[in-house]
Amino acid sequence: MCLAIPGKLIEIYQERGLTMGRLDYAGTINRACLEYVPEAKIGQYVLVHAGFGISVIDEDEAQKTLAIWDELVAQAAEEGTDIFGRPLNGAGGPAGDGESK
Amino acid sequence: MRYLDDFRDPEISRQLIEAIRQTVTRPWVIMEICGGQTHSIVRNGLDQILPSEIELVHGPGCPVCVTPLAYIDAAIDIATRPGVLFTSYGDMLRVPGSRGSLLTARSEGADIRMVYSPLEALELARENPDKAVVFFSVGFETTAPNGAMAAIQAEREQLDNFSLLVSHVLVPPAIKALLGAPSNRVQGYLLAGHVCAITGWSDYRRIADDFGIPMVVTGFEPVDLLRGILSCVSQLEKGEAHVTNEYARAVREQGNLIARTTVQQVFEVVDRHWRGIGMIANSGLRLRRPYHRFDALRQFDIDVTPVTESGVCISGEILQGLKKPFQCLAFGAQCTPQTPLGATMVSSEGACAAYYAYSQRLNDRKLS
Ligand code: SF4
Repeated sequence: MCLAIPGKLIEIYQERGLTMGRLDYAGTINRACLEYVPEAKIGQYVLVHAGFGISVIDEDEAQKTLAIWDELVAQAAEEGTDIFGRPLNGAGGPAGDGESK
Repeated sequence: MRYLDDFRDPEISRQLIEAIRQTVTRPWVIMEICGGQTHSIVRNGLDQILPSEIELVHGPGCPVCVTPLAYIDAAIDIATRPGVLFTSYGDMLRVPGSRGSLLTARSEGADIRMVYSPLEALELARENPDKAVVFFSVGFETTAPNGAMAAIQAEREQLDNFSLLVSHVLVPPAIKALLGAPSNRVQGYLLAGHVCAITGWSDYRRIADDFGIPMVVTGFEPVDLLRGILSCVSQLEKGEAHVTNEYARAVREQGNLIARTTVQQVFEVVDRHWRGIGMIANSGLRLRRPYHRFDALRQFDIDVTPVTESGVCISGEILQGLKKPFQCLAFGAQCTPQTPLGATMVSSEGACAAYYAYSQRLNDRKLS
């Protein structure tokens, strides 16, 4: 019951005094109560838990979480290494590297 | 938009594991509090591929697992009374009480229905004015706002045939109880991302300071979990103990203010018994006085006194991070997801069920 999944908000409507929404979860459409996320806009991703939106996904933060690695990898690659400073041609690693595990 | 897939990216995960490997120099015990995270960790085999210095222990963050036996018994008691239509989240139905489960009660004729949200229970109350519709409102801070909204809406619509059997529990008091126990081994925490989406993380600052323990708000995908572990290990190695947020796309520092206010309006904090752990001060929620008319315990005049658990199941020690499911004699033998002896085997978020699913997969792989 603790599983919350992000769905894309495709419609906002009122029902018995509650703000509700229809969300698209990778093709599956379901409704959720939006009373706790009044800021949610059509097209945004809303984290839904047991039929209630609890948080609007911050796309910038989502990109950042992933981008840090992309950038690190890209920067390191420019210097011809991976992110741990090892040569990209794959020869050896720094001392104490637990590769054998 | 980059979503679920990217947070499961094997290449990013590999880099994170490598970074953890570079950071760790000695053994650390880290607890993930949330059963959803336990499930994801075991399913993705993260516990197998992390450096051996890092031991992940599984916390009590599975609502199905910690809902007291006495409440399961109360649910069955209410559900089997004439004129009652009992509703519950699906995963509560199979939890064994002291005399069978809600599912067995249903097979014996009780009107028990699975709902995805308490708003569906309200719908049933409107459609069945001659029935007393009861919703089993359980779970952590994540589901409490839903129960609260149902109570408010029932009040607004004057739905007098609706009530809530409330057994909500709160995470911070449980963490404090675990950290304060003499047997505690846990040195760092991964905080449940979806609980924090509601509560924020300022409450955890005190705990991190008082116990000198790093706590990291963590999501549920492999990349989220590995980032959480990396942040936790980096702090441990440097001797730091902060609260950090590695699930920033969904969690803000103050949490969800509207949800928090609504919960406070409807519920008040009480001491609560946790299944397998015992009484924890200020760790539960019950309806406030203005909502007493929607309290199923009052409507059906039920007294919930703690009930003793059966002997063989060690789920209490598992929920406190003291033992692993494999150490239980019944694991996989008398106790399987089809024939659960303890709550940690019932819910897919329970540690025993997660281990069972994983060991099954290993066996399948060996056979194929
Ligand atoms: S395997 Fe079953 S009996 Fe053993 S601890 Fe887990 S739930 Fe309890």
